[in-house]
Amino acid sequence: MSTTVNRVGLPRDAYKGAATTLCAGCGHNSITNHMIKALYELGVEPHLLAKMSGIGCSSKTPAYFVETAHGFNGVHGRMPALTTGAHLANRQLIMLGVSGDGDTASIGLGQFMHMIRRNVDCTYIIEDNGTYGLTKGQFSATADLGSVQKKGAVNTFQPIDPCAVALALGCSFVARSFSGDGKQVVPLIKAAIAHRGTAILDIISPCVTFNDHDGSTKSYSWVKDHEESIADVSFIPYFEEVHVDYEPGTVRDVRLHDGSHIVLKKLGDDHDPTDRRAAIRVIEEGRAEGHLVTGLLYVDTNMDDFATTERIPQRPLKELGEEELRLDRDQFAHFMTEFA
Amino acid sequence: MTEPIVNDLTIQAATVNGSGSQTANLVLTRAIFHMGIPVAPKNVFPSNIEGLPTWYQLRITPEGHMARSDKVDILVAFNVATWREDLKTVRTGGVVIHEEAFSTADARTDLTYYSVPFAKLAKSKIQSDTLRKQLANMIYVGVVAGLLGIPWEAIEHGVKRQFLAKPKAVPVNLDAIKVGYDYWQDNFSKQDPYRLEPMTGAVEGKVLVEGNQAAALGALMGGVTVVAWYPITPSSSLCEYLIAYSDRFRVDEKSGEKLISVVQAEDELAAVGMAIGAGWAGSRAMTSTSGPGISLMAEFSGLAYYAEVPVVIFDIQRIGPSTGLPTRTSQADLGFVYTLSHGDTKHLVLLPGSVEECYELARDAFDYADRFQTPVFVLSDLDLGMNLWMTPEFKYPDKKFDRGKVLSKEDLEKLAGEWARYRDVDGDGVTFRTLPGTDHPAAGYFTRGSGHDENARYTEGADAYARNMDRLARKLETARHALPAPVIDEAGRKVGLIAFGSTDAAVREARESIDVDYLRVRALPLSDDVARFVSRHERVYVVEQNRDGQLYDLVRLALPPELVDRMRSIRHYNGQPIPAAAIVEPQQQQEMVPA
Repeated sequence: MSTTVNRVGLPRDAYKGAATTLCAGCGHNSITNHMIKALYELGVEPHLLAKMSGIGCSSKTPAYFVETAHGFNGVHGRMPALTTGAHLANRQLIMLGVSGDGDTASIGLGQFMHMIRRNVDCTYIIEDNGTYGLTKGQFSATADLGSVQKKGAVNTFQPIDPCAVALALGCSFVARSFSGDGKQVVPLIKAAIAHRGTAILDIISPCVTFNDHDGSTKSYSWVKDHEESIADVSFIPYFEEVHVDYEPGTVRDVRLHDGSHIVLKKLGDDHDPTDRRAAIRVIEEGRAEGHLVTGLLYVDTNMDDFATTERIPQRPLKELGEEELRLDRDQFAHFMTEFA
Repeated sequence: MTEPIVNDLTIQAATVNGSGSQTANLVLTRAIFHMGIPVAPKNVFPSNIEGLPTWYQLRITPEGHMARSDKVDILVAFNVATWREDLKTVRTGGVVIHEEAFSTADARTDLTYYSVPFAKLAKSKIQSDTLRKQLANMIYVGVVAGLLGIPWEAIEHGVKRQFLAKPKAVPVNLDAIKVGYDYWQDNFSKQDPYRLEPMTGAVEGKVLVEGNQAAALGALMGGVTVVAWYPITPSSSLCEYLIAYSDRFRVDEKSGEKLISVVQAEDELAAVGMAIGAGWAGSRAMTSTSGPGISLMAEFSGLAYYAEVPVVIFDIQRIGPSTGLPTRTSQADLGFVYTLSHGDTKHLVLLPGSVEECYELARDAFDYADRFQTPVFVLSDLDLGMNLWMTPEFKYPDKKFDRGKVLSKEDLEKLAGEWARYRDVDGDGVTFRTLPGTDHPAAGYFTRGSGHDENARYTEGADAYARNMDRLARKLETARHALPAPVIDEAGRKVGLIAFGSTDAAVREARESIDVDYLRVRALPLSDDVARFVSRHERVYVVEQNRDGQLYDLVRLALPPELVDRMRSIRHYNGQPIPAAAIVEPQQQQEMVPA
């Protein structure tokens, strides 16, 4: 019996994790499956993957994929700090952060923004359901103005849109998707991982228990009815040959730092994903028209990532020993004379 | 004239913050140190950029006392706003050098006054308009040099040393000092007994170092590679020294790569979070802060304790509560830091008592953190951290890094992948860990701050929870025996004294007046030596710089019930470094009261 394996010789099952403890039908479980598919198809080596998260339903999910990888489920809203530190310690790790809307847009908004400001090389997935699930259904900061809670309470505050915030900060990769749209989510995850810098992927992920009713703008039916994809996304990793057989003028091709390509096939109006102001406009227009705009909103493939700016070596810092890290005896003795 | 007083005096310069006074103070300090005379400077500065009063105390003793003096011999009164109050601090028979414009009409008559037209001299003798304000302070250095007989050669050395990185500034500063020096020679004859004379044998092999500087060097020698911090007085200079040293010693000449990353974080939450992330990924990582930052780090400290991640956290204590007095010293974070975070959290705390120990314990903190896979706090304070202290030169480390129980790929192969992250194989409570990036299918585990079993899997199981907490207690007990032991100086006296940290300097001096054995605590949890020390004495005083007797409480908790009544407490908490008199007087008073 032969099992299909990926380019690093691993079967798809090697990318699975522990059984989920989230509700049946939770959008997050779909995202976990998209993650498994993306990581398997990319051939990510599990030992190089670092799964990072904060607190909440979303933040539990790193336990549900690639069980053999290291994971760190930290404290609420602080995943970016842990990720930044771990990345500095070892640039070879593939940092994959999973957060939620409470974790990102409320308690963790500061760290979210500062991680973007530094352009730490990581994938930052927001499993966005507009509600606090584990504490039983309070509104989160991404809930839309006027959206209705299960028990009838109406949200009276403007939402914080993580994508709009990210774009305003000049984030080098911003995308939005829907947990039910695997065709879009999987290539976006792959592209986010291949991208060098902070890749923000806001995935609307309905909470079946607390936020899937009429009046919610984060329900399955609302998103299905209002999703408007700006382009068909496909991802061609650096280890596969590019063969584009689209009609000229119908696709945009974004080449990433590692040689991978994101191929975007126009659907309606042409959106240039390298134009930040256009991306902000697309979000604003979608909001005004009551649409949820999904797809790759913006990418900047030239910006240096944090570790590059900091001139951190490719070799993990953990491998450095006394010889490299200590002053030698002569340096030390000379240094002492400076104190005299 | 009375008998001359040689090399035993305290100068206090009362100046205005932001006027360049600190540079003048340091020049004077270095000039006197260059004469072979021990110096102990204390800078009392405001939380302010410019305009508020600041005082610089330079204590000079042949014995090399390092504690603050509560008496001033020579006051340099430069600040009209405080000058009347400043006068009160001078001892009878003392000297006042003051700006001519300050009226002495109804001032104390038991002092010698030297009135100097500082403002006029600055205006007429200092040509540069832009530098006049800065250089005006140098004039006082010249007057003091004249008054005390400091040789010009020592002044030259002091200026050159102070402007090591800016040699162009040397002549202009020397010129300004000369203005004061000449003014003294031309206008005064000596009316007071104070004098300085060169010494031999007192400062040889010694250097002047700030505790934060020493800690930065210690961290560098301890192999730190990730530093994340947020600016806060009095801690900032530690990381700023680290940045400066890193630029010199941690840059690969060929590639330009840096073998360290120093990140200025957005706040203290992120700072300690980054350090913990780096520690988890195998780097030696640290942060440095002070009280308000420590409060913010409580959350992450609990995570690192429970998830067992090594990290070093420096707390350069200032006086609280809340914002408190941001530029004044204290030892009041001891109790808070020891159990920082909710739940049954308890930490390893190192307590350097000198700048030399700031260096050594900063360096060794990284070994303890790796060995016990837990946060290690290094509790310094503003006095130790930001003042210059005379110290023997530091020793080059004779040990290699101790990276603790880390399983490599090869280890995992030998074990055929059979291991559990939180299984106590050795019975010491310390378990094995793997680092992310270890190329073995069994290496990965899931680190979490939620309840976990031996295999790091989520559990809410009552037994698994309790078992893990018991193991953590066992680990702390193992660490307790490995941490730096107390320093004991004992000769069978009836009375003992316990202190920690920068209080040591005042205790050493106080012991010339009171006959006590001495134990200095260097780490928490407390060593068994403490209880044994108490058992050998009828009465034991705990001296510390906080209001509530935090170490006194911890010591009493560690004692068997029959020893508790032997404990007495001496507390100093006004933000000024404790002087010996603040130990001697209360100790003598309490000795008169029957137990």
